[in-house]
Amino acid sequence: MPGLIKAIEPFRFYTRLHLSELTGLRATNLSQLLSVIKQVPGACIYYHTHRFLQQHQYLSPEPPNDFAYWVSKILGEDELGEKLASIDTIQFSTVRSLRDKIIATIEDYLKNNMSANLRFAGEGEEFHFIKSVSFVLSTNYIAYDLREFVDIVKNITIDSIYFHIFESRLRLEKKTNDFSNWIETSIGDKKLSDKISKLDPYTHTLEDLRKTIIKIVEQKLRDS
Amino acid sequence: MANIEEYIPIVGRPIIDDLKLLAEKLKGRVIQHINSTAVGGGVAEILSRMVPLLKELEVDTRWDVIKGGEQFFEVTKKFHNALHGRPEEITQSDFDIFMETSQKNIEALDIHGDIVFVHDPQPIALIKKKAGNKWIWRCHIDVSNPNQRVWGFLENFITNYDSAVFSAPSFSQRLPIRQFLISPSIDPLSDKNKELPQETIDSVLRKYGIKKDKPIITQISRFDGLKDPIGVIEAYKQVKKYFDCQLILAGGGAADDPEGAQVLKEVMARSEHDKDIHVLLLPQDDIVVNALQRASDVIVQKSLKEGFGLTVAEALWKSKPVVASNVGGIPLQIKHKYSGLLCHSIDGASFAIKQFLANPEYAKKLGQNGREHIRNNFLITRHIREYMLLFLSLYHKEDVVYL
Repeated sequence: MPGLIKAIEPFRFYTRLHLSELTGLRATNLSQLLSVIKQVPGACIYYHTHRFLQQHQYLSPEPPNDFAYWVSKILGEDELGEKLASIDTIQFSTVRSLRDKIIATIEDYLKNNMSANLRFAGEGEEFHFIKSVSFVLSTNYIAYDLREFVDIVKNITIDSIYFHIFESRLRLEKKTNDFSNWIETSIGDKKLSDKISKLDPYTHTLEDLRKTIIKIVEQKLRDS
Repeated sequence: MANIEEYIPIVGRPIIDDLKLLAEKLKGRVIQHINSTAVGGGVAEILSRMVPLLKELEVDTRWDVIKGGEQFFEVTKKFHNALHGRPEEITQSDFDIFMETSQKNIEALDIHGDIVFVHDPQPIALIKKKAGNKWIWRCHIDVSNPNQRVWGFLENFITNYDSAVFSAPSFSQRLPIRQFLISPSIDPLSDKNKELPQETIDSVLRKYGIKKDKPIITQISRFDGLKDPIGVIEAYKQVKKYFDCQLILAGGGAADDPEGAQVLKEVMARSEHDKDIHVLLLPQDDIVVNALQRASDVIVQKSLKEGFGLTVAEALWKSKPVVASNVGGIPLQIKHKYSGLLCHSIDGASFAIKQFLANPEYAKKLGQNGREHIRNNFLITRHIREYMLLFLSLYHKEDVVYL
């Protein structure tokens, strides 16, 4: 293809596979939830704010985090549930700051709704804290230009897309997603890079996200 | 038996490529599974599919079985019930019998795995043979509310393992070792789950005298109080007032189980005056189970306790609308109103069945969502991947592991 820019550095696709580690920690009311959220490792906060994305990828473009789901469905605190569900995860660049926001949201609510603490989950409906353990592996897929890149994005696992978009940005604290970073620094296309980094990945299902990225890059290839 | 490449049309090539990548990281390690039976039961069923697939991926996997007499297995059955929270009288003599057989197995069994993977309580005492290798204890039982005496006895062994594995978050306990959540799985290519031609389904219905002239509600389970077949009949009777339907209660395993025989007798008594209730005491025949599930309009799993409840995954994989109790591993498989309906009572079960029968499009949508949920989370390929990650986790303690 004429005019196709060769990358300064090729893009190597990684994948991220994960195991769920049980902590044995549980909460039956809001105070306990708050107290455990403060002490668990960041890997727990990450798990409960991202699990739904991968496990229910076909269902909902706005996956609720586990805290929001439990607070509304089990404790019946719909208002707090809504506040927790609408925390704009993309605005946070570290798990620490995301945790702080969750804590502040629950504390604020408890200040104004003291009776909320009197609601307890029934037997078998407790909140169980789980930790995400990630295994990052290099795949055999490497892209040297945008055409190869988009062809691989079409076929790579959803876990790989997930890793480069969500995990590397928030959990590995890289500030932006890996795709945008490569397109800007190795292809030199800041405009295309920005188009991808401006997507709010939390408002798409993972398959939608894949399709959207493919569409943006293919449009660029057609235009150039 | 299917080979690994045959799963590509179902889960996609990249998923299988990931398995091959992980398998490479386990080169040179020997994995030794140990359980109490080579045939029958969920553990043997999963291992008999998984061991050949791991071998095909070139992960050196072996499978050994402990030996035990009648008395030993009576004791372990009591342990099993007690761990499920049922009242059981456990005596010192039970613990002595358990230890006596365990000691014989400790002496007889050759432990050669770099990773020794012990399933359920029966072989748990083998940990006494731990040397420089890694040991995992896999609990397939619902231990959310265990008998403390039995759990305390087992805990002495568990704490010497490197890691433990449970099937649902509510089963986890405060333990000084790492514990992981790994759900069991179904094999989409096994006789129980593979696609069947319509003529096979029809011939199974003919064989059991079931006509397709009214909606079929089915529960597939052994006849056991914990599966609440009487509750299912009650729910069906409530539904029957509004919808002319029929009920299939099908399962096996009662012949050699005195408790099961009693439950079956009660089920027969409750259903004898209703020709639309079909109570089928089945031989071990996976094609029959598969056909009955596929012939059903609604599938029910109204258990009072569940280790995991793989019959739910089997039904969802067949895109069936499922009504199931909110116990054990079932809520992991059904997200209420997304991939099925959860219930807590007989009334709740009958209400949910009525919702499905009255709204076939809704039922169809939830069934389809259910199939996708199973494809993403509960097929054997995911299970193999997590077991390989579990093996690798024994050599890495960090939360983000670069392989």
